Amino acid sequence: MSAPPLSAERVRKYYGADAAVDDVSFSAAAGECAGILGPNGAGKSTLLNICLGVRRQDSGTVRLLGFGMPEDAMRARARAGVVPQKDMLDPDFTCAENLSMYARYFGAAAPPQKIAALLDFAGLSARNSTPIGHLSGGMQRRLALARALVNDPDIIFLDEPTTGLDPQARHLIWERLRNLREAGKTLLLTTHFMEEAERLCDRLLVMDGGRIIAEGAPENLVREYAEPEVVEVRGAGAKEWLDARPETAGRRENFGGLSYCHVQDAAPLLAELRGTAFQFIHRRANMEDVFLRLTGRGLRE
Amino acid sequence: MNLYAPPKLSRRAWRLFMRNFFVWRKLMASSITTHLIEPVVVMLGFGLGVGSLVDEVDGVPYLQYIAGGMAAYTVMFGASFEALYSAFTRMHVQRTWDAVLHTPMALDDVVAGEWLWAGIKSMAAGAAMLAVITALGFADYPSALLLFPVLLLGGLAFSALALACNACARGYELFSFYFTLFLTPMMFLSGAFFPTERMPEPLQIFSAFLPFRHLVDLARPLLAGGAPPSWALNIAVLALYTAGGLWLAAVLTRRRYNV
Repeated sequence: MSAPPLSAERVRKYYGADAAVDDVSFSAAAGECAGILGPNGAGKSTLLNICLGVRRQDSGTVRLLGFGMPEDAMRARARAGVVPQKDMLDPDFTCAENLSMYARYFGAAAPPQKIAALLDFAGLSARNSTPIGHLSGGMQRRLALARALVNDPDIIFLDEPTTGLDPQARHLIWERLRNLREAGKTLLLTTHFMEEAERLCDRLLVMDGGRIIAEGAPENLVREYAEPEVVEVRGAGAKEWLDARPETAGRRENFGGLSYCHVQDAAPLLAELRGTAFQFIHRRANMEDVFLRLTGRGLRE
Repeated sequence: MNLYAPPKLSRRAWRLFMRNFFVWRKLMASSITTHLIEPVVVMLGFGLGVGSLVDEVDGVPYLQYIAGGMAAYTVMFGASFEALYSAFTRMHVQRTWDAVLHTPMALDDVVAGEWLWAGIKSMAAGAAMLAVITALGFADYPSALLLFPVLLLGGLAFSALALACNACARGYELFSFYFTLFLTPMMFLSGAFFPTERMPEPLQIFSAFLPFRHLVDLARPLLAGGAPPSWALNIAVLALYTAGGLWLAAVLTRRRYNV
């Protein structure tokens, strides 16, 4: 088996005395979509920048496309694409100029047909000569995605690719990312949207406080870290009512006036709840339950 | 890479230079107009205003006396403005540098690209000033042609120094200090508008360490058709400021970017 396109081993990065990345090891296999999931400040962006050789790790090794980082970053980045969190499009240029200028940073002039094809991929064909400032947030993100493809990369890094987008724009980005996966690209994305992580990623790394605290396919993580069913109960005295029947109510969390009951089988609890005045919702456990169980409900910022 | 290693110069730096050039070209009509109008206004304003009070300095008409200093001044301010305000906008506000760093470009390439751009652009502004000086009949050719490499060296020196300041900036405020505490006093202490011999001796000695002084000392005689008396020293000092400034800019920018 050939070496994975990206691997990190025991990577550490400190800002002062604080560890932004704390002993992280992981790898991304060719053609997979790996997701780094974590709350704000978990160290996701720092880890991405270290993988790209933009920041230097204090210790540990990173290999990107066979090159040691950051020593060989120039050669590795020649075959990598990046969609940064804040797009970082060049406001002094139009859409098409952004793409052709970016190609020059790779030392190559992009032929007009290639620029046209990339604009088409981004759904921006009609906006060829539109200045960046006139684009909506969704359009800017699509252009940033097209820009990451000017060098036909083998691996694409996406830092929170759909943060701040409306549902339409988000679904379009997801569709494009699936196209890229089908084309055999390796994707590494960071996100704090559970839905995004579950829909797109073959494998997830849950990161908190600079460490990877869980790793696996989304459905395996749900199986491993959460009971299969959840009943959310609301109403005066609900907590006490549930506390009185610990066997049927399962593992409980109380938050924001709601009681979350994590159970193996919800049927007995639901049968009892139907005889009460409590409001309740029954659903299957998802990544959000896993994430909150692993990283806690406290605010991070 | 060692934080204090000398900047690694690569041809990749020209990619960023070209990026800035393409933006400039889009706005060329307006920038060329200001490049040409500003020197006319400054030369005539200064020359006619102060020149009406002062007949001659060192045996030449005042307007002719300040011509070399004006060309040098244009380059110093042009390079500093570009490498401070414009480079900071690209680095911090637009995040253009961050996007470039995701491509096969190193931080040293970005710094060197900005350095070349601000230096060469300011030389172009100095050349526009030279055109006006020529039209006024104050330039002696062919020696005035040597002003081009001299202004380029001066532009690269001030561009490097300004990029070192840029690397330390948290906002635009720092740059007003750079202009008022460094550039403006230097402009008056370097013999651009009056001979340094008129100043108290300690200031004369101080003046000998200022890069702008050496740029003026080269520019004035070359315009008048003669060889600068201490040209080797002048060039050496400017080259030293260029190399030292670029090294400092590279180190401080690496520290800022935590690479």
